[in-house]
Parts: sequence; C-alpha cells; structure tokens
Amino acid sequence: MATATTPTRPLIGARVTRREDLRFITGRGRYTDDITLPGTTYAAFVRSPYAHARITRIDTDAARRARGVHAVYTGADLAAGGVNGIPVGWVLPDMKLTDRRAIAVDEVRYVGEAVAVVIADTPYTAKDAAELVAVEYEELPAVTDAVAAMQPGAPVVHANAPNNVCFHWTIGDAEKTDAAIRGAATVVRQRLVNQRLIPNAIEPRAALASYNGATDELTLYVTSQNPHVHRLIMGAFVLGVPEHKFRVIAPDVGGGFGSKIFVYPEEVVMCWATRQLGRPVKWTAERRESFMTDAHGRDHVTDVEMAFDARGTVLALRVKTVANLGAHLSLFAPAIPTYLYGTLLNGVYAFPTIYAEVDGVLTHTTPVDAYRGAGRPEACYVLERTMDIAARQLGIDPAELRRRNFVPAGSFPYQTPVALSYDSGNYAPALDRALQMIGYDAFRAEQEAARREGRYLGIGISSYIEACGLAPSQVVGSLGAQAGLWESATVRVHPTGKVTIFTGSHSHGQGHETTFAQLAADELGIAIDDVEIVHGDTGRVPFGMGTYGSRSGAVGGTAIHMSIEKIKEKGRRIAAHLLEAAPEDVEFSGGRFSVKGSPDRGKTFAEVSLAAYLAHSMPAGTEPGLDATSFYDPSNFTFPFGTHVCTVEVNPRTGVVKVLRYVAVDDVGNVINPMIVDGQLHGGIAQGTAQALWERAVYDEGGQLLTASLMDYAVPKADMLPLFETDRTVTPSPVNPLGIKGVGEAGTIASTPAVANAVLDALSPFGITHLDMPLTPATVWQAIQSATRRG
Amino acid sequence: MYPAPFEYHRPGSVEDAIALLTTYEDDAKLLAGGHSLIPLLKLRFAQPKHLIDVRHIASLSGVREVDGAIVIGATTTHATLERSPLLRQMLPILPEAASQIGDAQVRNMGTIGGSLAHADPSADLPAVMLAVGAEMTAVGPRGARTIRAEEFFVDLLTTALASDEVLTEIRILVPAVGTGGAYEKYPHPASRYALVGVAAVVTLAGDAMQRAQIAVTGIGSTPSRAREVERALAGRPADAETIAAASSHVADGIEVRGDLTGPAEWRGAVAREHAARAITRAVQRARGEWATGARSA
Amino acid sequence: MTRISLTVNGITHEHDVEPRMLLVHYLRDTLGLTGTHVGCDTSQCGACTVVLDGERSVKACTMFAVQAAGAEVLTIEGLAHDGTLHPLQAAFREEHALQCGFCTPGMIMAAYGLLRANPHPSEAEIRAGLEGNLCRCTGYHNIVKAVQRAAQEMEAPSTDQAGREGRVFTPVSVAPVAAD
Repeated sequence: MATATTPTRPLIGARVTRREDLRFITGRGRYTDDITLPGTTYAAFVRSPYAHARITRIDTDAARRARGVHAVYTGADLAAGGVNGIPVGWVLPDMKLTDRRAIAVDEVRYVGEAVAVVIADTPYTAKDAAELVAVEYEELPAVTDAVAAMQPGAPVVHANAPNNVCFHWTIGDAEKTDAAIRGAATVVRQRLVNQRLIPNAIEPRAALASYNGATDELTLYVTSQNPHVHRLIMGAFVLGVPEHKFRVIAPDVGGGFGSKIFVYPEEVVMCWATRQLGRPVKWTAERRESFMTDAHGRDHVTDVEMAFDARGTVLALRVKTVANLGAHLSLFAPAIPTYLYGTLLNGVYAFPTIYAEVDGVLTHTTPVDAYRGAGRPEACYVLERTMDIAARQLGIDPAELRRRNFVPAGSFPYQTPVALSYDSGNYAPALDRALQMIGYDAFRAEQEAARREGRYLGIGISSYIEACGLAPSQVVGSLGAQAGLWESATVRVHPTGKVTIFTGSHSHGQGHETTFAQLAADELGIAIDDVEIVHGDTGRVPFGMGTYGSRSGAVGGTAIHMSIEKIKEKGRRIAAHLLEAAPEDVEFSGGRFSVKGSPDRGKTFAEVSLAAYLAHSMPAGTEPGLDATSFYDPSNFTFPFGTHVCTVEVNPRTGVVKVLRYVAVDDVGNVINPMIVDGQLHGGIAQGTAQALWERAVYDEGGQLLTASLMDYAVPKADMLPLFETDRTVTPSPVNPLGIKGVGEAGTIASTPAVANAVLDALSPFGITHLDMPLTPATVWQAIQSATRRG
Repeated sequence: MYPAPFEYHRPGSVEDAIALLTTYEDDAKLLAGGHSLIPLLKLRFAQPKHLIDVRHIASLSGVREVDGAIVIGATTTHATLERSPLLRQMLPILPEAASQIGDAQVRNMGTIGGSLAHADPSADLPAVMLAVGAEMTAVGPRGARTIRAEEFFVDLLTTALASDEVLTEIRILVPAVGTGGAYEKYPHPASRYALVGVAAVVTLAGDAMQRAQIAVTGIGSTPSRAREVERALAGRPADAETIAAASSHVADGIEVRGDLTGPAEWRGAVAREHAARAITRAVQRARGEWATGARSA
Repeated sequence: MTRISLTVNGITHEHDVEPRMLLVHYLRDTLGLTGTHVGCDTSQCGACTVVLDGERSVKACTMFAVQAAGAEVLTIEGLAHDGTLHPLQAAFREEHALQCGFCTPGMIMAAYGLLRANPHPSEAEIRAGLEGNLCRCTGYHNIVKAVQRAAQEMEAPSTDQAGREGRVFTPVSVAPVAAD
C-alpha cells in the first residue's frame, strides 16, 4: 500500500499525490505529544488570571508536597538558574525592548502569562498540584486597546515605554504625498479596523525536553516551523546551552500559520527543567492555553486616505496605523506591521506616491506576531476595501477602477514608492479571468433583479499582491532583522543512486516531502521513490531558516536545485572520465550521462553514483563521494498576485451572510504540484473568509479574553464554507531559477477584502458604505436597522 | 482537559442509582452520555466526588408507544431520537430538533434525559418538550412522580428534580389528527448551541389554528412558552399575516440575553424570524404537506 | 483505580485505570495508539473521534475510559485491513483532503460514522455531518470531495453491505445545515 503515484515525466507541474499522507491517514504520524521517553514527567503551568498585576507572594509548598510532584518552579527560580529573557528577532530604530521572562517575575502583563510551573508524574497530577499553588496578586489597571493605550494617563505596560509606544515607523515620501492629496479631485477617507485573530492550528503547541547528563546533550522536541531558529535563540541567548550540545527536532507539526515560528516561554521552561530534574519533561497546551498564549495576529486600527484625479487615476495613498503588539515583543512582532505591511501598501496599483506611519503599541494582551499573511493581509485589506469605497464614491465600477490603476504589464521590474521592486507581473488577465468565471455582468443583472424582490446580493473583488520568498539577507539585515533569510539544502547521493535531501525548510502541512521530491526526481531523472526528504531536525539538517512567508518553494526549493546542479556537474566529470570523453561533451538527460552524438555511450546516474563512492577510477583532483550543500540567498522577494471574487446573499431580517460562490485566479509563478497549490489556496481562503465574517478575539475592559475557547471563537466548520473555484495565470518569477513565486498565504491575503467587499456591496442599497469586520449577522442587522431608521 | 479525581459507579438499576444518590448526596452527580457534564469536569468547573453512570441501565433507554403516548427512556441518545421510525412518523418535531443538537458525535453519546436535567438555557430539547407538552417521570426514594415540562425547567441550569431523584422517562401524548410541529434553530457559530430555538406545535381545524403551543429557547435564562404568540394564533386563520403578527410577540415577557454574538435586540429579531419559520412549517405539516404529525387514519 | 476490559481494534485489553482518565488518554498513553489526537478541551474539534461499537462516532475526549468498559472501539489504526486502506483513507489521499494531518484521523473516523448512517450523503449532508470536526488547513473543500469519492467507492456491492442494511437511515430532510 506504499506505492506512490508515479506519473510520467515531467513531475514538475504534475498532480502527484502526497508521499507523507500514508502515515497520517493510518494514524502513524508522529507529533510532539505522541512522543514519550522513558521516565517522562509532565508540566502544568499556573497562569495569571489578571491582565495586569503585581505578584506579591507565591506559595508553592502545598504543591511541592502533593502526590507525584517532582518540582515547582517560579520566575525567580529560573532567573536564579541563569535563564535570560526571550529576545526579539527584529529591531527597529529607537524601538523600546521589553524584558520578556519565560515565567513572570514580580509583574504579570496579560491573562495567561505563566507565574509558576508544576512538574509531576502525569498530566493529571500536575494539574492537581497546579491548583495548590497559591499566588497573591495586587491587581493593577490594564489597557487592551492600542489606541487607548497611547492616550495620556493610560496604564503603562513597560516602564521604559511610558506612553506604551514601542516604536514609530514611517515609509515613503510625506511631503510629496501631502501635496498630491491636497491637489486631488477626490480623496477617499476611511478608518478601518483589522480585528485581532487567534491562529488556532489544530495541533496545540507542545514541547518535550530531555537532558542526558552523561553526554551533556539536550534534546527538544517542539512544535516549531523553524527548529534551527529555536535552537539558536534558545541556546545562545536564553539558556546558554552550546548549539553543538543542543538538538531541536520539529517532528510532524499539526499546522502553524505563523504561530509556531516563535520561541515561547513553555519551551524554555521545559529545556531548563529537564536539566534540573535529569528526566524528560513534557508540556502540551490545552486549547484554552493556546487561546491565551499562542501569538495572536492582526489588530490594526488604520486611517487611510486615497487620492484620485478626476478620471479615477490614483494619485497618492496616506496611511496611519496603530498596531497592537500585546504585552511583550514576540520574536518577529516589530517586522509584521512595518516591513511586511507598509512596504505592501502599493498593492497592484501605480501609486505615484505613498506615505505610511505606524505606531507599534504595547497593551495588556497576548503578544501579537505573524499570522498567515503577517502584515500583507492587513495591507491588502486597507487597499482593497478602500478601492471599493472609492469606486462607489467615484461612480466607477470597482472592477474597472482596479483595471484602470493596475501597474501596466510592460513595466516590470517595477519600483514602488515604498521600497519594493516587483519582480514580474501581469495583473489584468487574472482579473479578467476571475470576472469571466463568476459571470460578472450576469451577476450584476441578477443583483438588480433581486433587489427589486427585496433580496440583497453582493459581489466583492480583491486584486492582491504578496511579497514571498523571504528574503535577501543583506536587505533584511539593513532593516533590522537579527537573522539572515536564506535557505540551505544538502543533497546526499547514496552509492546506489538513491538520494536523501536535507532541507532547512519545514513542512507542517505544505507537502514538502512530495514537492521537493518531485523537483529532485525530475532534475536527476530518477524515480520519485528514490528520493527521501529530511527536514525538521537540527541533528540531521545542517542549518535552516524554516518555513513561513510562503518561502519554501522559492527559497528552499532553489537551494535544492543549486545542490543538484553541483551534483550533476560533478557527475558529468566522473562520467566523462569513465566514458573517456571530455566533460563538455557529456550531457545529462533522463537520468543518464551520455556522450553528445553517441547516445549509446553512457552511464546511468546510479552507475556514476557507485563510481563516485568506489573511487577506483576518478578524474584527477576529484574527491570521492557525491553530495552537495548549497545556501541560497535570494536577490529579491517574489511577488505573487491575482484576483479573487466572491458573491454573497444577505438576509436583511437576520443579518446572516451566505457565501454563494468564491472564485480565485492566482498567479504564483511556476507550479510544482497543482493539487498542493490549490489546497494551499483553499485553506487560505477559508481563513481569510473567517476573518471577514466570523473570527474575532475579544478582550473585556479588564483584560479578560472573552473568546478563549472553541465554544466562543468561531473557527469555521465545513458547513460554513462553499466549494472554491480556482484557476491560474502563470508569470514566472525571474528571481529564482525555478520561476516560483509562492502560494502559502495568497488565499488568506486575497479573500478577506473580497468577502467584506461582497457584503458591503450587498448592503449598498441601504446606504451603508463600510462596516468593520467581522461582518457577523448582528453587525449587519444593526447596520441595516440604523440605516433604515435614518433613511 | 484533566478532571479532578472522582469515584465511578455503574449501578445496574434505577433503585441502585437512587441508593447511591442517597448515600453521597451533593457529592454525587449522575452521568448519562456525559456531554453536558464532562466538559465541565475537564475545565474543573465542577468537581463531584462520585459519578453515577446510568447509561447502562437497560430500562432507561428506548422509544416506545404506550396507551396513546410516546414514552422515551431518559438515556435514549439524540441519535436514536433522530433515527427513530416511530418518532419520525408520529412526532417529527423531535427527531428534527434532535438532529440539530451539537454535532454527530455529540448526538451519538448525548441523551435526552441528560440534556433536560442539565437545563442549559441554550439547549434545544427543552423548547420541544414545552411545545409538545411533555411529562417527565422522576423516581426517588419516595417513589415516582410526574412533572409537567412547564414546571420542570425552573431556572438557569436548574430543574424541578430533587437531588436524590433520577429522571427516568419522558411521556408525550400522540398528537391529535391535524397537528404539526416544527423546530427552527439559529446556532451559535462556534458552540452550535441555540442562540435561538423555536418549537411550534399547531393543530388545525379547517383553515384555522385551533391550538398552538410555541416555545422558545436560547434567548432567556430558561426555555419558556411564548404565550402571547399562542394567543395571537389561536382561532385565527393559518396564513402568513397572522403568523408574522403573532411571531413578533415571541420574546414578550422574556429578558432577552445579549452576548458576544450580538445584542439582545438582534437576538429578538432572529427569534421573531425563526418563530415565523417554525410556525409556518408546523402549519404545513399539520396540513399534511410534510410528514404528518398524526397517525394516519 | 477501576479494572476495565474493552476491545480496541479487535484486541481485548484489561487495565486498572483512574476513573477520571479520559478515553483518549487511555488510547494514547496506556495503549500507545497515538493516532487519535487531542485538539481542544471543549469537545469542539473532533480530532479525538473514534468509532464505538461498530458504528457510532464519538469524541474520545468526552468519555471516560471506564465508560467504555465492555465496548468495542475502532481507532484510525484499526481502519485499514490486511494492508488495504479503507476507501475513506484512500480517498483522503487521492483528493488531497489533508495537509498537516492532525485533524485527519478524527475527520476520517467521523466520516466513517457519517457513511454508516447515511451511505449516500449530498454535499450539504457531508458538510453538516462533519460539523463536529475542525480542519484549519484545507478549507474542507477536498475533505468533502474525499467523502464523496469514498461513498462512491463503498457503493460498489460488497459482501457486508446486506449486514449494514438495518442501520441505514435517511436523515430528517428539513434540518438546515447552518443558520440563515
């Protein structure tokens, strides 16, 4: 039953079913919580019930004495034990750093922050004992709203940021933008709230740490999208554990969506505790803990001004955003509302000038960081929502307004006013195809007819761009990144011609074991079953930056390609030697090296591999063996784009929105596996639609998270979504030799404004121009009620 | 996720269950399907010392017809209600409501008795029980007694059951010819509990509504009969205008709850809409346009 | 501790367990059957779904192991027979109905229960029938396709089809799948 589908070549571009699936569909996946080592103990955290409080006393005696308990630790114990704060991985000019401790010392700053940990024989006894830890708090005033946190007199989150502003960041040309707006025929102004979301990967975060005192080796199994980054940060900065004695393994990981990029307190505690106890220690989040402690996403309040001339041509964009960062700076938090947001505000349009300023603000809430799309959905929402408002205000069809302002097809590479240079693009065909698929004109006619019957249909368009393939290391380094963003790949050819590839990318659903194998098998002309992909283990993979930002195909894939090129080159030299031909006369095709013009004279890849290892007869100066390692550092981002169109019906009596159809036409460059690309889009569209219609993290004024369970927070279920209709245009990226742009986040970025625009379009007969998300039935119904009263 | 410790008892009879309840008093909780109780135990919102599992008491399970009444054992699962040929023929409102509880897995374990005894203000079946005029049988150390649905639901999470009583069965009279019932639900997008649930049972005499029993759940602290709606329907023609006008009274006398999903005014509007839908379909069923609520002659 | 005996994937097990031990922890930690997952603490996500007594899908996180004493439990590990994937497993792979794989065992077991109860579900019935299972990766599109495909595969006359006849039922037709 292990036979994979092996279609005829080329594999690249073919719908190959996934090699990783067999273990998942038979229950043989191996996720972190599935792993138990001999002597494993279990951790339960005691967490703050207050958003802001001073810890006046912690009494751990009763918990320590409880049955089955091995240890109870507080923040003071960790500090005394040499555990440093968790650093931030992106530093902006004049940014205020926060001292984030794995377990709070003296002060807690959000509900759910850890104040103590109990380690016991079973998770049940750990939980029992955690209830016995007595913590006394002096409650302090809290602030959860970022705009409120900037006001004078607001409660202070960190003393070194007295007005709670962590950074003020700008991009673009203020004066030119001001002037363009002053001289514009029409300026569209809108305040837009991009609500806070909670990622909710279905696998809760987990960590299992094990220390071997005899070898001084520390092993951590952890739900991570980037185990090397975990090792580097935890080893070098937090724990002081040397990297060569520290192995981090991210086994099967059950979804990430950004939330498993970051170094979290619980992982630090597990690593420290196992060294104290000499026994493995495991922690797995309960979903309630996931809600309170997984980094949240979005949470922007934006004032946007978009200026047009009399013909509806864009003249300028001015954006002022307040971004809620939460109580501490999570690993990449400063980059999300700045370099992954402000730089994307040009979208697919030819704005002559843009100016954006962003205040990053600390509040007494769960830290905010990258969540699928990470800044780019926020930028796309600002542009696409405003574009629809503008279309109505200008009396121009929203599709036509977009088309009129697209960056023209012939102008790539295209330099935007906000730092980026778009690699390649051709925006109109995707829009045209999407409109054709949805039947735009027919729908408009149907909409008119329906309105006469008191039915409210709407159609929403979103033409998006995304920056993928993170990222040129020198560029991001100059912008504040504390790491490079290249990727590595080692391709090891075995003597039998079988191939193992060690990639620094990490798959937590993306299907790398299939797509990377397709790539390698095609390029080496061997069977896909002769290729093994290894990832997620610092003990096996030389180094890697991991998977996020839709970077694996474009960056990780290219690193594999580069190593394969090196292997083919060495193989050619060996084959030439064996064939007694000049290397330049030997060509490689279909898994065989042969002499040009004499196809009979050849050696298979396996024969050359064996020869390389036997080394009985090698060309002069050539080392035995056949493997190669490459580090690919991209020269630019890649820029996928496309247009999504959604139709909805709104029931005016209940406010319920029903999604009727969803069409997505995407251009993600060259495609390795269309099945997987479509799957990425489906999932992204579901998440983006959920932001438009259902999901929202809600804090009360005291800082309690009111949506802390799946009973309250509406992750979409199967019966809330339609089937998705997808198609593609293909504009290869010139940035990498594979022509890949990336697809992991496109669906999320495009769909939120498409759905929101559709609902607002349906509501236009009521004179409703904008509503903030999520567009729940109650929100829609109330808007209709007030509009009707006004009307 | 990890409940506090308790002792587990699996009595073989109702008498044994009552004896255990008598022994452990407030330290004990009855466990049937567990789908109301176990979530509370996992969050440690409840920490009973003894759980008395009545799911295996054979006499408590099943759907049967006895002397013109349908008798449903308390540990009958929602899935059994949903699929019961007897109910689907004689009382389709009940399988219809049962099919909308929670999700398939919840319905496979959750029981009618557990749901009614838990008295969640957003549960579905209490509204149906009120609309069909069910009677609950409670057995305790002092013997058996019958509690009418209207007296059964006392308040938020509170019923008329004494702490040493076991709810054993639910009796519902077979509806008269010309009767139809329907349940309309607006589920919470995440929990799937009823933000609004309206159960309507209507008996027609010719074109007029001879009798209407309407009950609503989800919007107040406890499910209740919508008496003003019933009054506005009784004796009037079964047409759209009458139904619309009557439905507007569905929240009369109820302090409608608002929550994160929306304010009370919106919840009231949804209730009115769902009342109209439920009554409309109940009338259709009474007319035989849907599976009839009455036994075929 | 309470002594329990139950059958899991055809093998009878006897253990002393704490009454408070959830069935899912018994399966994972005592029996080592880690294919059944835990994704939430409020019985919403369905990652822990197993099949009880041959036909009923249940959430193993909302059931104590002691409650399952005497029962037959089928987990994802027991679904394939003699090296042959169950049609649902095969269809999930063919239709790319999984990405990270974490919800997959529960989703397949829920779909198994769904098809036992309703062998010919419509798209809407599949979506409604899986409302107890959350997937964050696929948007459900390919899961729906996979269940449709499996239903077709299983429709082909098989030897035990007659034995299932008595449990086949048609769902109440008027139940809405979601609010409108």
